[in-house]
Order: sequence, then C-alpha cells, then structure tokens
Amino acid sequence: MAAAQASLPLPVLPSEWQADGNFKATASLSTPVQRNIEAVGPHFLAHARRLRHRRTFSEDEKIQAQQKLQKADQSDGEISEPEDPMMLSRDAKDWKGQDHYAVLGLSKHRWRATESQIKRAHRKKVLRHHPDKKAAAGSSEDDSFFKCIQKATEVLLDPVKRRQFDSVDEAADVEPPTKKQAQQSNFYKLWNKVFDSESRFSKHQPVPRLGDEKSTKEDVNDFYDFWYNFDSWRSFEYQDEDVPDDNENRDQKRHIERKNNNARKKKKTEDTARLRGLLNDVQAGDVRIKEFRKAEQANKNKKRIDREAAEKKAVEDKKKQAEEQERLKKEAEEAAKAEKAEGKKAKEAAKNAVKKNKRVLKSSVKDANYLLPPGEVASAKRVDDVLNDVEVVMAKMEPEEMALLASRLGGLKTADAVDMVWNEEIKRLMDAGKVKPEDLRVVK
Amino acid sequence: MESQEEVEDIQPETLNRIYYLGKLESNVIHTPRDAKEILQEGKAEVIANEEGDRNIPSILAYVEGEEYHGTQAKNQLVRNSKNTVAYFRDYLGKDFSAIDPTPCQASAHPQKHDSTVAFSIQDTESESPNTVTVSEIATRHIRRLAASASDYLGRRVNAAVITVPTNFSDEQKEALSKAAKDAGIEVLQMVSEPTAAILAYDARPEAELKDKIIVVADLGGTRSDVAVIASRGGIYSILSTKHDYETAGAQLDQVLIDHFSKEFIKKHKTDPRQNPRSLAKLKLEAEATKKALSLGGNAVLSVESLADGVDFASTINRTRYELLAGKVFSSFVNLIKETIQSADLDILDVDEVILSGGTSHTPRISSSLQSLFPPETRILSPSTLPTAVDPASLSARGAAIQASLISEYDSEDIEQSTHPAVTVTPHLANAIGIMTVSEDVKRGVFTQLVTKDTAVPCRRAIVMNAPKGGGDVIVKLCEAEREIEVTKPEPKPKTNGAAKKDDDDDDDSDLDDDDSDDEPEEIRKKIWKVGKPLAEIAVREVKKGGKVEVTVNIAADMGVQITAREVGGKGGVRGALEKPKPAENGTAS
Repeated sequence: MAAAQASLPLPVLPSEWQADGNFKATASLSTPVQRNIEAVGPHFLAHARRLRHRRTFSEDEKIQAQQKLQKADQSDGEISEPEDPMMLSRDAKDWKGQDHYAVLGLSKHRWRATESQIKRAHRKKVLRHHPDKKAAAGSSEDDSFFKCIQKATEVLLDPVKRRQFDSVDEAADVEPPTKKQAQQSNFYKLWNKVFDSESRFSKHQPVPRLGDEKSTKEDVNDFYDFWYNFDSWRSFEYQDEDVPDDNENRDQKRHIERKNNNARKKKKTEDTARLRGLLNDVQAGDVRIKEFRKAEQANKNKKRIDREAAEKKAVEDKKKQAEEQERLKKEAEEAAKAEKAEGKKAKEAAKNAVKKNKRVLKSSVKDANYLLPPGEVASAKRVDDVLNDVEVVMAKMEPEEMALLASRLGGLKTADAVDMVWNEEIKRLMDAGKVKPEDLRVVK
Repeated sequence: MESQEEVEDIQPETLNRIYYLGKLESNVIHTPRDAKEILQEGKAEVIANEEGDRNIPSILAYVEGEEYHGTQAKNQLVRNSKNTVAYFRDYLGKDFSAIDPTPCQASAHPQKHDSTVAFSIQDTESESPNTVTVSEIATRHIRRLAASASDYLGRRVNAAVITVPTNFSDEQKEALSKAAKDAGIEVLQMVSEPTAAILAYDARPEAELKDKIIVVADLGGTRSDVAVIASRGGIYSILSTKHDYETAGAQLDQVLIDHFSKEFIKKHKTDPRQNPRSLAKLKLEAEATKKALSLGGNAVLSVESLADGVDFASTINRTRYELLAGKVFSSFVNLIKETIQSADLDILDVDEVILSGGTSHTPRISSSLQSLFPPETRILSPSTLPTAVDPASLSARGAAIQASLISEYDSEDIEQSTHPAVTVTPHLANAIGIMTVSEDVKRGVFTQLVTKDTAVPCRRAIVMNAPKGGGDVIVKLCEAEREIEVTKPEPKPKTNGAAKKDDDDDDDSDLDDDDSDDEPEEIRKKIWKVGKPLAEIAVREVKKGGKVEVTVNIAADMGVQITAREVGGKGGVRGALEKPKPAENGTAS
C-alpha cells in the first residue's frame, strides 16, 4: 500500500527526552487473534508467495520486478528473427510481392499472430529501422525498408486486408504428402498438418481434425462431412492484376473490374477443386474408412447369417412341435382306450362287490335272528319287514359305505352287536337325511 | 489435460488456459442464477447461454426424455412440475435427514437414497421414473453450463473456479467437486461468495487499495447470506457470517402472491393458491412483477386462465408493494444489523456495503440501508450507485478474476497456497497509530496507521507533517481501541411562541412540541481510546515545513520494525520491538 498522508503535525520533542539511537521501545504488541484469511485475490497470492518462499516484503518486490522484466524480454524474443539482407533491400513499391509476416519478423506465427503481437513487432522493427536512426548512424537515408514495415503493419492490422493477404499467403501452406510418403506410418501426422493449415480458411471454428487410427466412426464421418461441405472465406482480390484507377473512365474501370472478378472466380473454383482433390486423396488412403466398411459388412453379414439361422431354427422348431403334438395325441388316445377297458372291469368288480356286500348284509340280519332276541322264532312278516328295511337302507347307500358296513358286520355273530351296528348305520343315514323313518318298518 | 494442449496447438495466441467460471447458485424464484464468465483481455465478461440469458436458473426439466435447462426449464414448473428439479444445490453432500425439503414443494420432491438425496423423475422416454441422485443432477447442470461456455468460446472448457456459500461444509465441497469432475470440469478452487463479490469490485481499475470493513449481503431467492469482512491491504478475513433461509426473494414474491390472490378472491370467489397449477402460474408472474417494480413505479400482473379458466390482470404501484412487503424489508435490514453485531462491530465501523444476489435490485432495500448507515458508508447496489456491477453476476465475476490470477499455477500449487498453514494467520487485536499534535495521551490526537484485524505480516507507511517551525519531533507509537461515544444533544430551549404567533402557526408549534416529546436522537461518534504506548522515536532537526515518513513492518511472529526518516533526508531512525512473550501478554494492559 502507498504511504498514507496525515494532516495533523507531529508533536515537538520534549527537551528532556533522551534515548540511545533516538529509539525507545516500551512494549510489545498485544496478543493477536488467529483468523482464517480468504485465499482470494492478488494480494493473497503475494502473501502466500512470501510465506512459502520465506521472503520479506522488499525481497519479494525485487524478485517480482525482475521476473516481470524477464517476461517482457521473453515475449520480445518471440518476435525476433534474423533479417534476410535481400528483404532489407526491397523496394516498398512492390509491396504486393513482399511477405508481410517476414518483414515484421513473424514468419513463424503467420495467420496465428495476434493483434498485440503484430503491434509489438511493428514497434520493435520501427525502433531498429527508423530513417532518423539510420541518418544518425551515418548511413544512407534510404527509408525503403521502413516503408515496407509500415505497409506490412497497415495490411496486417486491417482485418479485411489481412484476410486478403492470408488468402494468398503461400508460405503458410503445407504441401500435401505424396502417396509414397503417406503410405508409411505417418499418414495421419502428415495429413493432419495439411488440414490444420487448410482449416485457417474455415468460416466455422473449431474445425474437426483428421484424428488417428483410434478415431471413432462418428469423428471420421464428421471430418469428411465437414470438409466436403467446406465453407471457406478465402478470396483472391490480392492477386488482382490491375487495380482500377480513379483517373480512368468508367467503361475502362468496369472492364477491369469484370476482368478481376472473373479471375477471382476462376481462382476460387480452382481452390475448391484443389481442396476436393486433397480430400479425395486422403479418403483414398484412409484405411479407417475401409475398416469401418469391413466392420459394417461383417456386421451386416452376421445379421444375415443370424437371421437365416433363426429362420431355419424356427422351421425346425415348428416341425418338432407338430411331431410332439402328434405323439401326445396318440398317447392320449391309447390311454383313453386302456382306461375304458379298465373302467369296464372295475365296474364289473364293483357290481360284484356290491352284490357280495348285499349278501353279507342280508345274511347278517339272518344270522342275528332278524334282530330278535335269541330263541325267539321270527315270523314270516318279521322276516319280510326286516329284509325290506335292509333293502331300503341298502338302496340309499353308496357302494363304499356298503363295503364299510359289510366289513363291520362281517365278524359279528350275536344279535345285539349286529343290531347295534345296524342302528348306528341307520341313525347316521337318517342324520344325513338319506333315509326317512317312515320308510322303515322295524328298525327305527 | 490433453484436450487443452490441443487447443493451444491450434491457436497459440491464447496461451492462457480457458476457464469456465460459474456460480452454482441456489435457484428457485428471484435469483436462481448461474452466470458464467470468461476473461477477455483482462476484462471479465458474463457469457450468455443459447437463449441469451446471463443469469441461468439452476433448474433442469425433462419432457419425454428431452432435457431442458435454465429459463426453459423454469417454465416447466407450471406444466411439468413433477419432472422438474428446481432446488438441489443445498442438498449436495448432505444426509437426507439433514435437508429442508420445503423449497421443493412446487417441483420434484427429494427422496432418500442410500442416506443421500435423490429425485424420482422421468428423464427418459420410458414411462417409469428413474431415481437420479442430486450429485448426478449437479453434474448434468454443470455439463450444460460448460457446454454453453464451450459453444461461445469455440474451445472446450475444462477447468473452473466455483463460488460457494460460506457455510458450505467440506463434504458439500467434496460432493460439488466430484459432480464437476464427472462433468469433465476440474475445480481449480472454491471461493466463498462474499469474497468473490468483493474481488469483483476491488479488481475494477478505479478501485483504490484501502483498509475497510465491508458488509456483503447476498440476498438470493431462497436464502440470504450476510458476511462482515475485513479488507486489509487487499487481504480479506471473514469476521462473521449469518445465513437466513426465511428472509429472501421468495418472501417478497409471496407478498405479491397474497396480494393478488386476495384481489382475485374478491372478484371471483376462488383462491388461486389452492390449486397447485394456478399457484405456479401466479408465482412466475409475481416474480416478473417484482422485477418490474424494481425498475418502474408501476407494474402489471396478468395471468391467462389463472383459476377456473378466468383470466386475471391487475396493477400495483411501488409504494403499495413497499408497504405490503415492509416486514420482509425490515427483516433484511435486521439480518444485516445482527451480523455486524455478531462481529463485535458497530454500524459506524462499516465502510462499504455490497449488495449481491438478484433481490438486491429492489430499491427499497438499498434506501433503507442508506438510512441505517452513516452517509460516509458506501452502499454498492444498482439503485444507489450507477456504476455498480450487476449484483446477480457479482460473485461469478469475482470467480473469473480469481481464475485469471491462478491460471498459471498448477493445481498442486493452488492446494498448497490454500492450505490452512498459509491461510490461518494472526490478526492484530488493536489498532496501531501515532500520536499527533501532542505526545500526551490526553491532549494528543491518535492517528491510525495499522487497523485492527490486519493480518500479519504486514507493512504500512505514513507521511506526517512536522510542526511549522521544524526542529526535533517525536514519533510516539501507541495501540488504541475504537470506542463509540454516545452523546445526546442538548435539548433546545422551548420557545413558547403561542402567545406571539398567529393562529395560523399553531399547527407548526404543535408539531414542534411533538418533536420535542420524542427522545432526542443520539449522536454516535467513533473515538479512539489510546492503550499502551509501544515505542518513541526522535527525529532530529527536521527542516522547516518538512515531512516525516514512518514505516511499520510487522512480522508473522508479531515482532515490529519501525523506521522514521525525514522525507528527502538521509538515514533515519530504525528500531525494533520484540515479539510478545506469551506470559507477558496476559498482564500487559
């Protein structure tokens, strides 16, 4: 910070004041507060720099000033080039033929040179080649190269004129590699350089690059799409043979203009054709395109083979399915037949069983003396009634129930037991609502 | 960084790295802003995106798999609120349990996802919604911003300086840095928003380097942050911060929404606030009306088919609006007052107030701040200062300037420089100055040389006048504390003018009486209370009308080097103060 200014005056030294070296320390500073400072801004950066390199304020200032000086020297170094004696003796009248960038010492930068670079280069050249300086040094008062410098600056600092010059700046062109050169491994390296240089004419920036063997298909396609539809600002006014003069009559002027226009158009067409030719060349040599096509073909073939295989498989599957169905149908039919036969047998067996069971049931009543206490002789009516009841009950019973009952009655001999079993069974049937009490005559 | 080298290959004239500089702002209504900047020939310029917006709302919306961003996405809040993510910055790097989901009421709602936050949105063409984490949303947002910047520059943007609020935790910073990395952006540094705002002002060529206390009020859409910062020779230290999520632009919108809703109810008997879609429409329009009121005295609000298919149009003037929103305005002012108090400072200590954030466009806030602070305090806001920087892009500009400063450094260098070992420094507890007029503490006048809260090491110089006659002078260095002297003005003797004056003047005298009934306004003044003397230096035989330059150099260990010499003279007197011993400090007065 610059020194502050105070308006009030300093006090006068009291007469009795005495100290060694005119300095008297009385106390140290109070304890500081620890705080975080924000790591932002130029002054913080200076603070961090001082702290990290352990510099004091004045040391740091000195070092910074030195660095600044060095930097300035370096940036001037960029634009210092040896001057060609041929160029120095050029005639300023032939300004169209001169290389403006070389005159300013910018031949390395060319169309890449920024405005500030051009300005700096101009200043530097002027300092060296000013006629006054030459006169002072005692040499001739030839100021033709100074005029060349002025003309070069005039052209390069005017965006329109600079583009016109850049359009025809052959020194910035990169020769396309021959087929032989490009066949070797440096195909991409050489062609990239060519297109990087051509890309300066594009109205659209950035321009897609050729890339290398690892580029994706999209990138490659982008590149060729872009360059086959190249939108160029290149124009050829700079090479006009005649420039119409205000003194000439207008017919003459128009004639010259027409001639110039035609020449420009012709050159532009040639340029477009040239670029087309370049592109065709690079495309012809570009192995990536072939690889992509191969991959695509393979992909397509694969698809076709897959499809065919799938179709074949579908047909086979269908056939198999039909056969399977046929087989299943046959089996089902056979099974049904067998079942039918089986059913017949079973039915017969069941019928026999029922008959047998019925016999058992009937005989059980008979064995139990028609449900009368032993000794008593059953009357004919009793026999009839009991058998009737048995018939009724049997009619209501399922074959399974009958079999169950028969098995339960099978082993019994005493009338009581038989009676009990019968009663139980009848009661069960009554509860199930199958037998009604009024149907029965004896057993209730 | 291959791509960057490629860029340099093609265009060697731009040797500087390219930066995307963004402010990841909280979004929603009034200042949902992201601005990007680049530096062009030393000047920061805010880039507009494809739609021409310089302030880009941090909103992403998805319609049938297509992504909308910025203002376009904001319009989706009405029709497609479920697939519109409108508020996510403050959720980054936070636990689901720690977030406040209220601002998301009118947009996609946050959900729990592995303890972090996610949104369930239909971001593809399929019908089923996808769960997208907040980090992914931030990545997409940054990617869009970077893409706009890259389109503008014609070169890929691969690094950024991002500003964050002062209460952003380390986890949040890490999450943001990860989100940026996923978007292909290297975060060079995170800068706190208030410091970035100061930097934007301090980097202007007309700015002069001074020691000052600055209040930065970032009044946003959903939150307001106030910070008190000591700027000492271009080094900034944050003294205190306050954050308020209840006082922000959204509250101003709410005032307008309520006002117009009442008007609508009066006419049509329906409350547009009941229907979410009507509310969303009204919200968008209310915001536009608020902005119009910041510029003009009258503003129109018109919404087609607000509720029940009824169109609504109404006007409001600024006075009415300021009356309605008085409460919100006063809470803005209170927030600033509280922050100053929490830094142990007085209103009189503040040299500058920087208003940042979109809500700062409101003229009423500036004018009430103007009446709060003394007239010497500069209020930097669009309505008080014609040369003020656009408050919405302030911190983005600051970030751009910071990026240009650190562009030559490696990320390792930056990391080392921002390490706490560098940033935590001792700050002076008291001001240091020189006694003028008289060396006697009682009669002399203290002239400040080094201000309180200056980070050491520091160096200050001052040029003092010698007494008129010249001769020997004494330079007495002292510590001092600032105190606020409160005096009440002597009550004016009452003039009983009723008898003398005409009846017409009665009203006036009544008014006078009313005034004198009020408490007399206090006069507050800064005064210096001189503390312990540090050193005395004699400069002998100063010429008539001569000047004495005093330089004080305080080292990091608090040792002091003092030099006093006559301007234009030879030699001078040097002396040193030893660094304070810890034991002594407690007892030193």
